[in-house]
Amino acid sequence: MNERVAKLRQQSLDTIPTLSIERAELVTEAYEKYAGKVSVPVLRALTFKHLMENKTICINDGELIVGERGPYPQAAPTYPELCCHSLEDLDIIDGRDKIAFKVSDEVKKIQQEKIIPYWRGKSIRDMLFDQMSDEWKECYFAGIYTEFMEQRAPGHTVADGKIYRKGFLDFKRDIQQSLSSIDYLNDPEAYDKQEELKAMLICADAIIRYAERHAEKARELAELEKDPKRKKELEKIAEVCSYVPANAPRSFWEALQAYWFIHLGVITELNTWDSFNPGKLDQHLYPFYKKETEEGTLTRDEAKELVQCFWVKFNNQPAPPKVGVTLQESGTYTDFANINIGGIMPDGTDGVNDVTYMLLEIIGEMKILQPSTNVQVSRKNPDKFVKKACEIIRMGMGFPSVFNTDAVVEELIRQGKSIEDARCGGTSGCVETGAFGKEAYILTGYFNIPKILEITLHNGMDPATGKKLGIETGDPCTFETYDELFDAFKKQMHHFIDIKIRGNNIIETLYAKYMPAPFLSIIIDDCIKKGKDYNAGGARYNTNYIQGVGTGSITDSLAAIKYHIYDNKNIAMAELIEALDNNFEGYEKIRQLLINKAPKYGNDDDYADSIMVSVFDAYFNEVDGRNNMKGGKYRIDMLPTTCHIYFGSVIGALPDGRKAGEPLSEGISPVQGVDKYGPTAVIKSAAKMDHLKTGGTLLNQKFTPQVMEGEEGLEKLTHLIRAYFKMDGHHIQFNVISADTLRAAQANPEKYQNLIVRVAGYSDYFRNLNKKLQDEIIARTEHMAF
Amino acid sequence: MATGIIYNVQRYSIHDGPGIRTTVFLKGCPLDCWWCHNPESQKPGQEIIFWEERCLRCGDCAGTCKKGAVVFRNNMPVILTENCDLCGSCSSKCPSGAQEMVGRKVSAAELMKEIEKDTIFFDESGGGVTFSGGEPLMQPDFLDELLKRCKEKQINTAVDTSGYASWETVNRISENADLFLYDIKLMDNIRHKKYTGVDNDIIINNLKLLARKHNNIVIRVPVVPGINDSSDDMLAIGEFVLTLGIKSLNILPYHNTGMDKYRRLHLEYKIPETKPPSQERMGEIKDRLGSLGLNIKIGG
Repeated sequence: MNERVAKLRQQSLDTIPTLSIERAELVTEAYEKYAGKVSVPVLRALTFKHLMENKTICINDGELIVGERGPYPQAAPTYPELCCHSLEDLDIIDGRDKIAFKVSDEVKKIQQEKIIPYWRGKSIRDMLFDQMSDEWKECYFAGIYTEFMEQRAPGHTVADGKIYRKGFLDFKRDIQQSLSSIDYLNDPEAYDKQEELKAMLICADAIIRYAERHAEKARELAELEKDPKRKKELEKIAEVCSYVPANAPRSFWEALQAYWFIHLGVITELNTWDSFNPGKLDQHLYPFYKKETEEGTLTRDEAKELVQCFWVKFNNQPAPPKVGVTLQESGTYTDFANINIGGIMPDGTDGVNDVTYMLLEIIGEMKILQPSTNVQVSRKNPDKFVKKACEIIRMGMGFPSVFNTDAVVEELIRQGKSIEDARCGGTSGCVETGAFGKEAYILTGYFNIPKILEITLHNGMDPATGKKLGIETGDPCTFETYDELFDAFKKQMHHFIDIKIRGNNIIETLYAKYMPAPFLSIIIDDCIKKGKDYNAGGARYNTNYIQGVGTGSITDSLAAIKYHIYDNKNIAMAELIEALDNNFEGYEKIRQLLINKAPKYGNDDDYADSIMVSVFDAYFNEVDGRNNMKGGKYRIDMLPTTCHIYFGSVIGALPDGRKAGEPLSEGISPVQGVDKYGPTAVIKSAAKMDHLKTGGTLLNQKFTPQVMEGEEGLEKLTHLIRAYFKMDGHHIQFNVISADTLRAAQANPEKYQNLIVRVAGYSDYFRNLNKKLQDEIIARTEHMAF
Repeated sequence: MATGIIYNVQRYSIHDGPGIRTTVFLKGCPLDCWWCHNPESQKPGQEIIFWEERCLRCGDCAGTCKKGAVVFRNNMPVILTENCDLCGSCSSKCPSGAQEMVGRKVSAAELMKEIEKDTIFFDESGGGVTFSGGEPLMQPDFLDELLKRCKEKQINTAVDTSGYASWETVNRISENADLFLYDIKLMDNIRHKKYTGVDNDIIINNLKLLARKHNNIVIRVPVVPGINDSSDDMLAIGEFVLTLGIKSLNILPYHNTGMDKYRRLHLEYKIPETKPPSQERMGEIKDRLGSLGLNIKIGG
């Protein structure tokens, strides 16, 4: 990387995250001025306009792509309309050991004097907890599920190619057209549509103005600039910012800058769960790249430098501070912008191009956390592409992660998308499948599957809280067969999924009514056409997910019960429950039997794997196909972010031998350390799940670096991936690092400042993980070379 | 149907032949190499390994044994080998895996099921199965049947052998093995006998004959410092291999990861002080042998 990029990168890495109060102040001003006087969508649009017209414009020295979410790099705004932090929250955010943000006294003062008085009791978070039933709250605080929207907005959507073909002036024409076609005489929703579309128009003007303000700032800086080279660059920046995103980009540079303004618009309007992302960036950029390199107006190096500057912009934006359970389920600075590389074109042909390889090169050179990146691997892609990606993976940062794009397309088609829309889709966040630019695919929360077994074994009682959260499915000691137990487990699952979804439906409605996102709605089909907001069902496809956690732990627990209690009658149910209730203290022999003498998932053993399949089917049948409030359906994903640590902390001892409070298994990976027959056995086990019925599964493997040595190591890794994908596996990722290195990094974090590891569906600095999570990663089975 | 005794099935073996492979380790070896890192492979029958650190002292092993072969001494189970008929009941009863039965009787058909589990990986990578040991040629009927079954299933096969067997056996096995990984330890017979317990003339002669009829042989040479790592020893091997028209030779650096196993098997490890050869030394050997016109690879 050149000097400019190296400097920008270093600045991004060295800057300590801070909390900025600017957005909170501007939002509060706007609400004070407009709330109650205009419709809600227009209120949100005027708030967005106020932000775009008044937020600090930041152009950092040397950068080519401009714009920050906060007033300067690593300054995270807050969203008091979603979550109004208390002063105690701010103290915690400031002082906590991991994922901290500096909070100045000035910020605390403003929070106390201006923000809290206006928002306390009015934020979505306050409204939400007020609206939830006691039952919902008890289950929530017991850790049966989490709730994504309690302090962040419905997220999970990704840009498609239209923003490179249309500017906001074009979008305005589309909106006007939709406005003029409203049937005021017959359509009962006419007024709602009118207000939503008016709001979109305000937002379109606002983003154009925001870009123009950058152009003005650049011109100012250019006039003061002594260095003629930088002066020219600033003039160019001014030219770019006054052209996009008002108009469709004409060049590679304009394309990147146009996307970046839209990105900032989306993540400033609301704090969506997973930040927006550009999706298939290589495919979107390629036409510009091709044209300009052929014309001679752009060199590969220039293009690469621009993308590297663009990369730094992502890294400058930490995910806004989280608190409470949300922090526990997603304890990271990463904002989950996950760029898709490779895959297939809308017509189904191989999508790998020159920009694909350039992006892979950039990932390897930049070595920064954000943006997250993934490769979409299709059977149509050349091995060269997969091997190049493996070369980057081998560097040991846990990215780019690897997806089976053919499976992704099939998953989307199963859910009812057209084949074209499916092919334009990909994965975002951690591993979640979506039709880019056309779908609101909302993750609503994690579901603690092993906890359901714990409650089943206690006849509806939650041993941790002592509350009867479940239903009475019978004393398990009276169950004569494994099937009886499994039926009880299914009944409990049904009970809790009902509670979760009842809550979800209210939360969804709160967002539709009070927190529309008219800016985001402009760029997601068919919000303009329908005159409907993204949060109210305006998107062409509307999917809600509940993400199942603890596949390995629940499978091994049920397998141990089936094996020891029912099939071999080595242990009595009463004895087992007693051992669990005592956290195995005084029951070490039973624990050893459960650990050493029971079938385990991850070993290509049908005894355990068929139980995994039965749990998966039960969960799928329970959730998939239920209606959400936006005219769409519920689907399942199998991933945890960091929730397997949190969920583990609320569960007592489990029948797989795991002690109370210990982490659960991660994603669909086996329980840490029980997979004894190497990566092919793990892959075979995992592939027995029907991935195509999900919207994403997460399989992580850990390899010692020696396994991937040399050209041969790369080739074998490529084969491993291809074989998993032949079996319809959705995603796989690798930590290429030895447990010894991780232990050394835990002992001497100062010497391993830059050590990046794969956590779940994302990578993070090892030093930023809490001890429990570090230990969990160390405990994962390490596949060695034989 | 032939049955055999194996002590491990290692999937995702990536250093025992081309592609992603499953390596089956057959138990029993006529050699007794000082550096052997799989001492549990040497004895032809099953045996029990005791893992002291795993033991809960629960006494279930002694309680379950009908032959009175497990007794407790100093609060620790001890197996009286004269009473033990290797029935395995102590090991299957042991909750913590402290009493571990090494070696499993298995029929060719059963083993094929395990091998075939990774067919999709073999197909994808051009891999297959490698029969290693121990010495796989010590169970010729079993091995022969496995090779034939693999051929039927179009699974590529490799046989990793010391070459210490009758020519009839080598010849029979060569009919269906796709690849031989053939070990040479030393050309000097006196030292060969000292360090491996057997003469090398059988090994050398078999290789000469095999080279005439089989065209896919890779020679594997362990490099053990102080025993066979001198340039003279290495050159002697290289020059001999060249006369056979074989081009591929792998040099495998000695490692001492098997040391702990000797303790658990109550065996003596004869070279506890020996360190693995340095990367530089391996590089030198590679270059020297390479200059003879051989294709040298470090590692399998």
